Amino acid sequence: MSSRTFYHEILTDHNLHPAHKHDLKEASHVLEGVNPSCGDAIWLKLVLEEGRIRDGAFVGDGCAISQASADMMLDLVIGKTREEADRLADVFLRMIQGEASEEEMEQLQEASVLREVSHMPARVKCAVLGWHTLKEILNKAR
Amino acid sequence: MAWNETAHREAFPIFKHQPVIYLDHAATSQRPDCVLEAERAFYEKQNANPLRGLYELAVEATEAYEEARRTVRQWIHAALPEEIIFTRNATESLNLAAYSYGRHFLKEGDEIVVSILEHHSNLLPWQMAAEETGAKLVFLECEPDGSIPPERMEEAFSERTKLVAVTHVSNVLGSTLPVEEIVRRAHARSAVVVLDAAQSVAHMPVDVTKLDVDFMAFSGHKMMGPMGIGVLYGKKKWLEMMPPFLRGGEMIDSVSRTGAVFAPIPHKFEAGTVHAAGAVGLAAAIRFLQSVGWETIQEREHRLTAYALEEMKKIPGIRVLGSEKAENHCGILSFTVDGVHPHDVASILDADHIAVRAGHHCAQPLLDYLKVSSAARASLAFYNTEEEIRHFLDCLKQIRRKMGYVE
Repeated sequence: MSSRTFYHEILTDHNLHPAHKHDLKEASHVLEGVNPSCGDAIWLKLVLEEGRIRDGAFVGDGCAISQASADMMLDLVIGKTREEADRLADVFLRMIQGEASEEEMEQLQEASVLREVSHMPARVKCAVLGWHTLKEILNKAR
Repeated sequence: MAWNETAHREAFPIFKHQPVIYLDHAATSQRPDCVLEAERAFYEKQNANPLRGLYELAVEATEAYEEARRTVRQWIHAALPEEIIFTRNATESLNLAAYSYGRHFLKEGDEIVVSILEHHSNLLPWQMAAEETGAKLVFLECEPDGSIPPERMEEAFSERTKLVAVTHVSNVLGSTLPVEEIVRRAHARSAVVVLDAAQSVAHMPVDVTKLDVDFMAFSGHKMMGPMGIGVLYGKKKWLEMMPPFLRGGEMIDSVSRTGAVFAPIPHKFEAGTVHAAGAVGLAAAIRFLQSVGWETIQEREHRLTAYALEEMKKIPGIRVLGSEKAENHCGILSFTVDGVHPHDVASILDADHIAVRAGHHCAQPLLDYLKVSSAARASLAFYNTEEEIRHFLDCLKQIRRKMGYVE
């Protein structure tokens, strides 16, 4: 497998200039996600109101894949209902397992650039960190 | 044998199948044909369960296995073949020492000295021994370049020091520990020394008699031998006092309903069917290293390390961990790239078919001390080429740009 084209502009841009990597004082829900083996760590912060993600942010450290993935995820889910965000997270997780259709991946917008990770088993945990944390928060908020 | 690029490269069949620039020797080396052949030849021509059968073939299998033991003895200059115990790997060897020696001969109030440079495999067994016996674990600290000055030893050693477990070469910094000085101080207090030689045996001559260590562990797979075979050297006087580590077949003289008489060393410590083919392959690896010769191995590895290190120092944003000097790296160059996570570094290099390790290298306490959460690591062997290193350096120069940084 060649990752020659993997670290392209979309990914590096989200890594270097994340839109959602900041504190969020008014967050109603906060959860930490970690990959102990890599040292990737994020704190996901959401403002959940009336079943909708009104705002979201993350802080943390880790590889470009984990950080860019969390940023792209927030781009996608802010403004969505809890159910819709949960469904998109499922699509993302299936994409990483190589099981999502083209139509489904389109729904992920920029996050679909991480589809290549399905061929990079060593990096799967990095890509899914934010999404697993999101699902966990939504589950707890139920 | 002088360096012969064609012959030395062709000895390793993997390079015919994989277009890889392999720089992960500190994790595992590649294997020459003669090792693969030796393993195959054992199964093809001598296979029977060694040590027990009474028929001719089993005798032959036993002889092949014991000949491998003698080859290891001679190679590390042990006094006796029965001081060589075959295990699965260095980790199992160190656990054997911790379970059979540590748990039985350490007691509350004793101190176990381990260096901060240890691989987890030479730390966790001693944490266990300390926990179970009430002994105290004391760290022998190092300087940021990996060196251990005498004052650090003064701090770590005390009248209560009973066991010292140290690595020969750091798997992160590549620094060689002052083993002779450590042994001198340990023995002055009647403490035993356990040496983890996993990272040194393929890169320098190791003489247990000269070093006077009490135990020494290493793996076959880091020295071009098979995976699944390792060695624990132990001085006979200790091995004879120690209870078995694992119990079962092939390690007893007789068994009754209520007890057993254990076999003499080394077989007391080799329960179950042994990895005879692995031992035979390890002996072939030793003969291979001997045929290449330390002069060629060390000259090549030093030249390649010096080239890589000096060029890496010139690349903006790259920081090599450990010493400024190539001779203190033993072919291991751990490094960070400013603003780029080591896992991304490894993935980017992988796209150019360069294999390096990234992470904490099973040495988290050392990385904590160095204030580095993780690092990439290039580790080479004598059969790497200048061209491979040049390609690695060229790719390294591109990493920050590829990650969106404008220099």
